[in-house]
Amino acid sequence: MEIRLLPWLRQSLAVLRKDLRIEFRTRYAYSALIMFAITTLVTVSFSVGGFVLDADITAALLWIILFFSAMAGLARTFVHEEETGTVTALKMAAQPEPVLIGKYLFNLTLLFSLAVLIVPLFLVMLNQTVLLPGALIAVILLGCLGLAGASTILAAIVAKAGAKSSLMTVLAFPVLLPLLFAAISATRVAFAGGLPQAIAADLLMLFFYDGIVVVASLLLFEYVWNE
Amino acid sequence: MVVTGRKEAGKLLNQVAVRGLSKAYRRRILFKDISLIIPDRSVFVLLGPNGAGKTTFLRIICGLIPATSGQIEIIINGQVLSPREKRTQIGLVSPDLALYGELSAVENLEFFAEVRGIPFSLARARELLHFVGLQGREHDLLDTYSSGMKQRMKYACALLHQPHILILDEPTTNLDESGVALVDKIIKQQKQQGIVIIATNEPREVAYGDQTFTLA
Amino acid sequence: MLGPLILGIWMSGVIIASFLYMPATQGLGEMGRIIVYHVPAAWIAVLAYLMAMINSVGYLRRGQLHLDRQAQVNAELGTVFCLLATVTGAIWSRGAWGQYWNWDPRQTSIAVLLMIYAAYFVLRSAIDDPDRRARLSAVYAILAFFTVPFLVFIVPRIYFSLHPDLINLADRSFDMDSRMLVVFLASLAGFTGLYVWLYNLQIRLENLAYRLEMKRGE
Repeated sequence: MEIRLLPWLRQSLAVLRKDLRIEFRTRYAYSALIMFAITTLVTVSFSVGGFVLDADITAALLWIILFFSAMAGLARTFVHEEETGTVTALKMAAQPEPVLIGKYLFNLTLLFSLAVLIVPLFLVMLNQTVLLPGALIAVILLGCLGLAGASTILAAIVAKAGAKSSLMTVLAFPVLLPLLFAAISATRVAFAGGLPQAIAADLLMLFFYDGIVVVASLLLFEYVWNE
Repeated sequence: MVVTGRKEAGKLLNQVAVRGLSKAYRRRILFKDISLIIPDRSVFVLLGPNGAGKTTFLRIICGLIPATSGQIEIIINGQVLSPREKRTQIGLVSPDLALYGELSAVENLEFFAEVRGIPFSLARARELLHFVGLQGREHDLLDTYSSGMKQRMKYACALLHQPHILILDEPTTNLDESGVALVDKIIKQQKQQGIVIIATNEPREVAYGDQTFTLA
Repeated sequence: MLGPLILGIWMSGVIIASFLYMPATQGLGEMGRIIVYHVPAAWIAVLAYLMAMINSVGYLRRGQLHLDRQAQVNAELGTVFCLLATVTGAIWSRGAWGQYWNWDPRQTSIAVLLMIYAAYFVLRSAIDDPDRRARLSAVYAILAFFTVPFLVFIVPRIYFSLHPDLINLADRSFDMDSRMLVVFLASLAGFTGLYVWLYNLQIRLENLAYRLEMKRGE
C-alpha cells in the first residue's frame, strides 16, 4: 500500500463533494436519518410525558436514538453506488482509500448535522439538564466519529452482501458496543455532573476506539472494495 | 529494415499478455487456459455467444474480478502494471458501468478527473462532450439523458484520462447512426496510439479486429 | 481410532476425578469443582477464536478457500466452547455471588464476544458466492477483533470485577490444592485434545462437502 497523503486527501474530498452534491439533490440518506431520529424522539418523549427521567436512562436513550438513526441512514452511500451500478465506474477511476475516506467524511457530515439538530431537541423534549456542557459536546463529537467510522466500513460490507436490510444493525451492534458503553457512561456524567476523572477514562476510550476503527478500516477496506 | 525493427520493439514495450487464464463460477467453468498476446496499435475482438464469458473476460482484464487461475499482464513501456496502476491506463465502456445520474455531464467529468488526480478544465470537458456529440446538454443531469446519450457520455468518461487501452463491451448498444460513426472514429483513433479490446457479436464491429478470439 | 478412544477414557477419568479425587475448595466448597470445566472451556474458546482470526488473515493474504473453511470451523467450535464457558460461568456466579447474571464486566465481555460471532454467522449465511463470503466475513471478524479487545481485555481491568484475574492467579490467595491442580491440568489437556479431535472431524466433513459440490458441477 503506497501512501501519498496529499493526493489521497484531494481525491477523498472529491468523493465527499460528489456525495454531498447527490445527497443535496436527492436527500435519500438524510431524510432517513432525520425521520428515524424524530420519530423515535417524539415517541419516547410522548410516552415519558411529564416525568423527569434519571440521567442513566436519558443517556442511554440518546445513544440508542443516535445508533439506530445511523443504522437507518449511513449504509445508503455504498448501497446506492452498488444499486445504480456506478460502483464499477468508481472502481475504475479511484483508489480504494480515498473512496473510504470520502465516504467516511460524508457519513460524518450527515451524523454531525443530525446531532446538531437532534441533541438540543432531545434535551428540551425530555427536560434534561446538562451540568457539563463542554463534556457533552466532547462525548457527542468523539461518539459520532466512531459511529460514522464503524458504519462506513460495515456499509461497504453490507452493500457487497446484497444490502439485506437488517444486516447492517446485526453487524454493527457488537462492534459498536464498546463505543456505546463508553459514550453512555460519559453522557450520564455530563448530564448529572461528577468528577472529571469519571469522564476522562470514557473519553479516552472513545478516542482510542475512533482511532482503531479508522486505522482498521483503512487496512481492511481494500479487501471489501476489490473482488 | 531498421524502422520495422524499432517498430517491433515498440510493440513489445506495450502489450496485453494473457497467460493460461481460466475462470470458473462455482461449479461452472466459463473458459479454460486461454493464452494470447494483444500487441500495441491493434484492435482485439472477443467473440462468443451470450453467457460465454466475454464480459467476465473484460472484467478480469480491468482487474475488477480475479481469475480462477492464470493471469493478465498489462505492459506499458516495458513495465508490468500493478493492480493499482491499471486504472490509470484503462478506459472502460460497458453496459454494467453506470455514471452518476444525479450529476450533470460536466460534474461527472469533473468528479472523475478529480478522483483520478488529473487536472480538469471546463474547456477540456466541453471539448470532450462536443466530440461525443453532447454539446448543448453539458449541464443537464444524466438522469434526463436518453440511453443513447448516456452511452455517448460513457465514451467521454472513458477517454477523459487518455488511457492507453480502451475496453469496449458491446460498443454500439443504444447508439444511432451518428453514434455508430462516433464509435468508428474513436476506435480508429485509439488504434493509432494504443490498444482497443472489443467484446461484440456485431459483424461490422468484428471487422475492426486485427485479431479475433472466440469464447466457446 | 485409537486417538478418540484414549480421549474418551481420559475425559471420563477427568470427570470422575473432579468429583471423587479432587477435594472441595476452600471458600467455594463443592461449587469449586466447576473450575475444572469452566476455565478449560474458556481457554479453548479463546484458542479457537484466535485460530479463526489467524485463518481469516491468512485467507485475505492468500485467497485460498480452504483457509476460509478452517476459519469457519474454528469460529463454530469457538462459539460452542464459549457458550459452555458462559453457562458454567453463570452457574459458578450463582454459587459464589448468588446471581446467575449480573453484567459483571467479564460477563459483559463474553456476551459481546458471542454476539460478534452470531453476527459473523448471520453475515456468512447472507452471502451466496463462496469467495465473497470468505472475504467479507474475514474482514468483519478482523474488524471486530480490532475493536472489541476493549471489552474483553481492557474493560474488566478498568472496572471493578468480581471475576478472579487469571493473569494474576499465581500470586493471589486463591491457592490450588495439589490434587486439584493435577485434575485441572488433566482437564486442560483433555479439552485441548477434544478441540483437536472435533476440529479435524469438522474440517474433514467440510472438505468432503466442498469436493462433493465440485464433483457435482463437472
